[in-house]
Amino acid sequence: MSRLRSVQTLLASIGLLLVVALIGSGTTAATQQNFITALISAIIVYGLYVFVGNSGVISFGQISFVAIGAFSAGLFTIPAQPKHFVLVGLWSFIADHTVSNFASYLIAAGLGALFALIVGLPLMRLSGIAAGIATFAVLEITYNLFLQWTKIGPGPTTLSLVPISVGVWEALLGAVAAAIVAFLYQSSRRGRLLRASREDPAASQAIGVNVTRERWLAFTLSGGLCGLGGALLVHQLGSITVDQVYLELTFLTLAMLVIGGSGSLWGATVGALGISLLDSWLSAAENTVHVVFFSVSLPNGASDLILGVIMAAMLLFRPQGVTGGAEFSLGFVNRLRSRRSRAGVEPSRTGVEGEPKPTLEQDMQPTQGVESRAER
Amino acid sequence: MNVGQTIINGLALGALYALVAVGLALVFGVLRLINFAQGELITAGAYTLSLTTNWPVIAQILLCFVVCIGLSVAIERIAFRPLRGAAPATTLVATFAVAFALEAVWLIAFGANGRPAGPLSTLNTIAIRGSLNLRWITIVEIAAGLVLLGGTALILNRTSIGLQMRAAATDFRTARLLGVRTNLVISFAFVIAGVMAAVVALLYTVQTPLVTQTFGLDITIIALVGAVVGGLDRLWTATAGGFAIGFATSVLGDVLPASQEKFLTAFVFLLVILLLLLRPGGLFTGFGRTTVERV
Repeated sequence: MSRLRSVQTLLASIGLLLVVALIGSGTTAATQQNFITALISAIIVYGLYVFVGNSGVISFGQISFVAIGAFSAGLFTIPAQPKHFVLVGLWSFIADHTVSNFASYLIAAGLGALFALIVGLPLMRLSGIAAGIATFAVLEITYNLFLQWTKIGPGPTTLSLVPISVGVWEALLGAVAAAIVAFLYQSSRRGRLLRASREDPAASQAIGVNVTRERWLAFTLSGGLCGLGGALLVHQLGSITVDQVYLELTFLTLAMLVIGGSGSLWGATVGALGISLLDSWLSAAENTVHVVFFSVSLPNGASDLILGVIMAAMLLFRPQGVTGGAEFSLGFVNRLRSRRSRAGVEPSRTGVEGEPKPTLEQDMQPTQGVESRAER
Repeated sequence: MNVGQTIINGLALGALYALVAVGLALVFGVLRLINFAQGELITAGAYTLSLTTNWPVIAQILLCFVVCIGLSVAIERIAFRPLRGAAPATTLVATFAVAFALEAVWLIAFGANGRPAGPLSTLNTIAIRGSLNLRWITIVEIAAGLVLLGGTALILNRTSIGLQMRAAATDFRTARLLGVRTNLVISFAFVIAGVMAAVVALLYTVQTPLVTQTFGLDITIIALVGAVVGGLDRLWTATAGGFAIGFATSVLGDVLPASQEKFLTAFVFLLVILLLLLRPGGLFTGFGRTTVERV
């Protein structure tokens, strides 16, 4: 029974991805790109969710694994002939090897996971703000290296000529695979141990959870998913610059996760697809939008303004995210629970299906929570 | 480049970052909130200066302070106050969202090309020439850093509101029970953050006269990193951290050979990771303090 209920959330997530893909496949080629972008965002947000959602440790560094995935997949699939001409400084190993697009996904996911494994070894001992800043440092270092080191990439120029092979169905396949991986991990024994440490690091250590090791595993898995997301991104766009996989993507994907509800797979799905489509629609509106009878064009930058305001407003109304951090369920239990958590009261049965309310970083938790609520 | 010059340049940049770090640390102290929107205050101040180039300098400076403080308090009132008590990730993303929206506002209002500003640009001249070249702005930066940090220390240690802020930063709940007025203390922290932002805008436009949308964000992120490395829990450790990262960046930039200089950021952040691993609670936090406490 309980297993059945927990599978609901995976099926619902896949269903939502499928709906987005189906709608996307029925639109024009230009509009279709927005739906593909949404599905790829979902992959990256699943990657983020596997670590941030399950461990409660905030990370600004996962986009560096997206960058590694995107550049490795791109560099290994550019046909050998132009590669030698365009990227002259490249290391001969990268310059001389060209693989199929499918193999490049595996390479990207593998390299993403490998780098996360290496980086995570020292970093996973940290928690709280120190962890946030250390992962941010990883992002800065990756960005700096990709931007300046022409042996491993195009440097400040655009990496182009990457074969385009990602359409709606490929993106859907990738997103579904990522959702399944994230789901299998969170319902596995190891995933549950990590989620226990999210709720109470000290207590979980007391019952024998090796928090550092569990975080490390999640970080590595997350790195792999992020690498895969990067590979799909580069094969969707056909070209990429370092700035596309840097701060803005970091902020945007984190916002997707938190606005959706960082504690649940369903939250990650809803946040990623919702915010990504909203962002695309607003950007399109910057050119022209048809509002029933007339068309308006918004000034340059207006889409970001509206997106920022909507994101802030959503957080004001639903601080726990749109889903309240609850998994998808057809039952009445969830509605009751979300109503309680909206009222600011902790649900008495925190673990109805092992999905307690998300609390990120106990040690960052403000101490004034109860009083300031009372004051309002 | 001689050693003395390197150190003087380092002191000047360090003082600037320290001022940003003070604003961040004061807000963090009372709210446990990392305020990414602090950078937008600096940008707002700088744009104010660029829009009023025809005004008398005094009026420009005054308006810059008014805008920075006003925006700081307004952001707290509109965006952060309703979120008090929410999970840290939520408030963090909220400050991103505010910064993101404000950056879009700058883009819409002022375009992407950047605007010149710099009412104090006369300071960018050499005051003392010799074996060491000392610019006026360097002297002013170091002096402003000392005066403002000293002033903040005086306010915190010698006034009632300062005492209340320190109490709130130490233990918010107990402080409230003892009669500390929450909203007053928090608003005051944002006022000081606004003052710091205005000063940084004034000084930073001298070196970097072109104001763009990300004018303030970049230095805020670096200062935040420095503050965390120093120890965000206490004001002086955070300030020292902000100073240290400015100093280290400037000195490394001078010391590294030209071929390696493009990897400056990577070096600095590698150092950041190492320091965080060795001293996760903060570089300047006293030894023997335990970071994990459970009651």
